[in-house]
Amino acid sequence: MKNQEYQEFIKKYTPKPKVAKNGLIAFLVGGLLGLSSEILLEIYMFLLHLPRKESGVLVILTLIVIASILTAFGIFDILVTKVKSALIIPITGFAHSITSAALEYKTEGLVLGIGANIFKLAGTVILYGVVAVYLFGILRILIMGG
Amino acid sequence: MTTTYKNVFIKETATHAGIYEANGPLKKYFDKTYTKDLYFGEKSWEKAEIKLLKDTITTLLRKSRKKESEIDLIISGDLINQIASSNYALREFNIPFLGIYNACATSSEGMIIAANFIEGKKAKNCIVSTVSHNTAAEKQYRNPTEYGTPKPETSTFTATGGAAILLTNEKTKVKIESSTIGKIIDKGTKDVNHMGAVMAPAAAETIYEHLTKLKRTPDYYDLILTGDLGKYGKEILIEYLKKVYHLDISKQYNDCGTILYDIKKQPVFAGGSGPACSALVNFSYIYHELKEKKLKRVLIVPTGALFSPTMYFQKESLPAIAHAVGLEVVE
Repeated sequence: MKNQEYQEFIKKYTPKPKVAKNGLIAFLVGGLLGLSSEILLEIYMFLLHLPRKESGVLVILTLIVIASILTAFGIFDILVTKVKSALIIPITGFAHSITSAALEYKTEGLVLGIGANIFKLAGTVILYGVVAVYLFGILRILIMGG
Repeated sequence: MTTTYKNVFIKETATHAGIYEANGPLKKYFDKTYTKDLYFGEKSWEKAEIKLLKDTITTLLRKSRKKESEIDLIISGDLINQIASSNYALREFNIPFLGIYNACATSSEGMIIAANFIEGKKAKNCIVSTVSHNTAAEKQYRNPTEYGTPKPETSTFTATGGAAILLTNEKTKVKIESSTIGKIIDKGTKDVNHMGAVMAPAAAETIYEHLTKLKRTPDYYDLILTGDLGKYGKEILIEYLKKVYHLDISKQYNDCGTILYDIKKQPVFAGGSGPACSALVNFSYIYHELKEKKLKRVLIVPTGALFSPTMYFQKESLPAIAHAVGLEVVE
């Protein structure tokens, strides 16, 4: 059997990922996370008398802290297997990727372990995030004049 | 390459298993289970894996009442880079050592090498051992262990366990009767989460080669047992053998990856994997059944995906291998 034939052959015995179901779960749980963030944003604005922008920063910080603590207690990865990408795509996933890498490599020490590996997963997001910000920033200046 | 043996026997085996394996259906066959956590009192996953292998070999020596000086050779391998677990565990023993790597087919590779030393009268007592550790393997091959990305149903779960077997030239109840060294087969599969599909053609080639060279039909064996193809790989192997080699093994066939766990209830996706997966099943349950004469002839075919993360990122497909060892009851 040729390689291409084999690749066709195995398709019959490979279950298809449940895209619709997983998508729906991610949409609902992700949406719920967005909704609660919005409520939290309003609460911060009201309680701390903060403008919307500053309150938003506090919301992000809150989510990062909660996600990191849940990762440290071994709860976040269990949640992820249940709600799929709903927690991976938002800022919680970013915090989780950094905390989980830090936890994993603490056995190799502060410098060569945590230091060298903490951005193992998040590094890609940071690099291309910064590049994208530059590109869109330039485009904005060119098109909208700032 | 197929060989038959007249003077190679199994003296004793030892198996130590982790918590997921202890929660599976084979618990009572293991010599020891670690049910508290996956650290076993060590500070890292890798050190836990080393301890696992050390403990397993110590148990084997104790069970077989052999001193280190009576063992001519120990052959060991694992999944960690530079086969670190075997190298570090074996520095505690005063026994000549050969380190091997064939991923999850390591146990049969070791058994074939040892059998040839014994058959050729170069050695009397040889130990073959292997070990794998779920989170140590996850850390090296995939993501940090706490980073629980959703996995597809076809992915497999690396078994945590140490397994060792003592082969000897003294007659015992079970012998190694034959073996076939497999070839590396790569059918262009690139999905690291579908190792069953990667390894099935290698298992098929080895099983076909073994049966043809020895002029046997599948029903010569009471059981043909692959290593870690998992639920989906099993189906692929049966159909692939029918289609390409016109060979039907469905009556005798099973897979260690689906025996080690209760795959319907435990969170192991398609089944177990790792060098310890097949070795835990073969050296505990299968050896027990052979000793009790409930099974008389078993062909074990541990399967290995020779997966390198570096080559995978360089867009290469995944090569695989399988070696077969025929185990028979001594009449």
